[in-house]
Amino acid sequence: MLRGFFKKLGAVFSGKQIDEDLWLELEEAMVLSDISITTAEQVIGELKAMVEKRQCRDTEEVREFLKYELIRILGVEPARLTTRGEYPLTWIVMGVNGTGKTTTVGKLAHWLKQRGFRPLLVAADTFRAAAMEQLQEWGDRAGVPVLTHQMNADPAAVCFDAWQSAKSRGFDIVVVDTAGRLHTKSNLMEELRKIFRVVERAQGRPPDECLLVLDGSTGQNGLQQAESFLKAVPVSGVIVTKLDGTAKGGIVITIRDRHQIPIKMIGTGEKIDDIEEFDPRRFVDGIFEDDE
Amino acid sequence: MFEGLTAKLQNTFSKLQKKGTLTEADVDAALRDIRLTLLEADANFHVVREFVGRVRQRSIGEDILRGLNPAQQVVKVVNDELVELLGGGSEKPFAFSSQPPTVIMLVGLQGTGKTTTAGKLAVWARKERKNPLLVATDIHRPAAIEQLRQVGKSAGVPVFDMGQKTSPADTARAAMSHARSNSLDTVIIDTAGRLHVDTEMMEEIRAVKEAVSPHETLLVVDAMTGQDAVNAATAFDKAVDLTGTILTKLDGDARGGAVLSIRHVTGKPVKFVGVGEKLDAFEFFYPDRMASRILGMGDVLSLIEKAESAISEEQALEMERKLRSNQFGFDDFLEQLQQIKQLGPLDQILEMIPGLSPKKGMKLAVDEDALRHTEAIIYSMTPQERRDPGMLNGSRRRRIAIGSGMSVQDVNRLLNQFRQMKKMVRQLGGGKRLPKGFQMPMG
Ligand SMILES: Nc1nc2c(ncn2[C@@H]2O[C@H](COP(=O)(O)OP(=O)(O)OP(=O)(O)O)[C@@H](O)[C@H]2O)c(=O)[nH]1
Ligand SMILES: [Mg+2]
Repeated sequence: MLRGFFKKLGAVFSGKQIDEDLWLELEEAMVLSDISITTAEQVIGELKAMVEKRQCRDTEEVREFLKYELIRILGVEPARLTTRGEYPLTWIVMGVNGTGKTTTVGKLAHWLKQRGFRPLLVAADTFRAAAMEQLQEWGDRAGVPVLTHQMNADPAAVCFDAWQSAKSRGFDIVVVDTAGRLHTKSNLMEELRKIFRVVERAQGRPPDECLLVLDGSTGQNGLQQAESFLKAVPVSGVIVTKLDGTAKGGIVITIRDRHQIPIKMIGTGEKIDDIEEFDPRRFVDGIFEDDE
Repeated sequence: MFEGLTAKLQNTFSKLQKKGTLTEADVDAALRDIRLTLLEADANFHVVREFVGRVRQRSIGEDILRGLNPAQQVVKVVNDELVELLGGGSEKPFAFSSQPPTVIMLVGLQGTGKTTTAGKLAVWARKERKNPLLVATDIHRPAAIEQLRQVGKSAGVPVFDMGQKTSPADTARAAMSHARSNSLDTVIIDTAGRLHVDTEMMEEIRAVKEAVSPHETLLVVDAMTGQDAVNAATAFDKAVDLTGTILTKLDGDARGGAVLSIRHVTGKPVKFVGVGEKLDAFEFFYPDRMASRILGMGDVLSLIEKAESAISEEQALEMERKLRSNQFGFDDFLEQLQQIKQLGPLDQILEMIPGLSPKKGMKLAVDEDALRHTEAIIYSMTPQERRDPGMLNGSRRRRIAIGSGMSVQDVNRLLNQFRQMKKMVRQLGGGKRLPKGFQMPMG
């Protein structure tokens, strides 16, 4: 799936002179990948300085610089999900409407189970029609139990119960599926904060992951989303979904650049095992991979 | 970040304005800001390039540089071109077929809001005195059929489905005869979300389309979509020949520039917009308002319209009179707050006021909670204090703080804001009539 990723970027470098056209094409390719124009201009600025300083002639060399620069932004070491600690751990999965939270929770259940963990899924979306049934179906597919409550139950109370029952029944990772919420709705963001606080009180430490699920086709609004969720809870990682399409997900580069939130996983389809650990090198290598 | 860009754009324009006459270089400086703004609003890179080129030509070509107020004219050209690109506003938004049932099919990528939108369309059709039928054909996503059933239930609209084993085309066909024999005159077909590169899935909706020949095939698009919108829209249009689009999640703060790209590549009109999770959060699309939103100029018209329906003419006139004559006290303030609340979710309202969000020194965090706090403080004042805030000395402020459960700083902040607001309104007004609802303090 990383093949053809940012294919445009790869194409930019074949047999070109280092001139203004190259920089413009580079900017175009970055913007078309949803990297913000500000980030793109900044990276190009750094590349230009580098080219100047080292007296580069070779577009191949510029290509290496750009790779290096993007890997540097994304963080050289891949960030991993927290799976060790005092069990049960709690992962809160959150994001705006329709980004793929419930699907991702189902995939994570499978992913964890394959690695020998005993996850418990929690349906804390008590708002959207059939959200609980949807998660239940994923739980069945993964062979992982799902804790559900009544429609319109208080999501924080649901989480509290879930943690208690995970502790007494010996589950080790509680994965919470929350309702989609637009980051601009202060009451819904407050609800999220409350979930966070209740889990914190139950475990005697903050939730072990607060994962923001971002749709890979999201444009510049992704940055606003990250910023608002960050204001509500300490976002510990981003999961980018739907990277099996033609969208590039470049906004995560801008998000990482501004706020140091690591990207932890990527979603690459609608099947239960369409999930991978995010790898900055492969991601950036994919950017320059020739797509043929 | 958007606010910064909006401010920058306004700043550039006001700088241009001061000079009186403009050179081509001045126009180019403004165009650079416009380009950045459009890109940050997610308009497609190529569409923006073309757009900026056209604006440049018009701005320079039409003797604007020697004209009377060049800056305003450049803004006008930008706005006009944008409105034009968005469809001009001449199209009739939606027509039911003269031979019922009118068949509407919704298609789109995963997670854009098709199912909710189907429910909204049904509720809207009801309001238009139609008898809608919702048809569930998403046999792929877990519990998708169940979701539409529940949506139908809360909308009070029947839902037709044949479970997950029947093909979408067969279900759609059966739904048509069900509609005919039950004299349901509007058939709304919800389909599974799919990627435009998934040939098998694209074949599936083509089959549905063939089976029922919908009058409307609408692409449901998430307002937060980025550059890829062009690819998706092109592919859907090619596969099922769209008749239009519906833009969802506009209640967020996404600028929605993707709509420019979609409109540009498909040439199909945007028919509706979704503005919330509730089934009545659904409106017609207005190109001029969308243009203002994309440029960050505020959706003035929408606001005026909303204000008009919530605030009577007399109320508005009375408020204005008080404001001008400086008799505006906290009781009036309270009344205004109530009116504002009637206008709808506050974040939406604020978004619509031009120049409000970017302006420095009046960062009005509008937050329903903050509003409640404001009300609590005002309720803790005596009627006399409300009429004459000038009498609020230290000990009175302390008393109010205790009474409302807020801190003295909170009380002071409110008093300050109130003073500033009154001052601002007087400056703003400058003798001109304020649009109704515009004098609101925002908590
Ligand atoms: N192609 C593709 N589709 C995905 C991926 N992840 C999720 N989806 C699809 O996206 C749609 C929405 O997914 P959900 O998991 O329901 O999203 P959600 O965030 O839980 O939605 P709400 O709870 O309604 O806010 C579904 O049709 C999923 O099948 C992915 O990685 N690739
Ligand atoms: Mg969900």
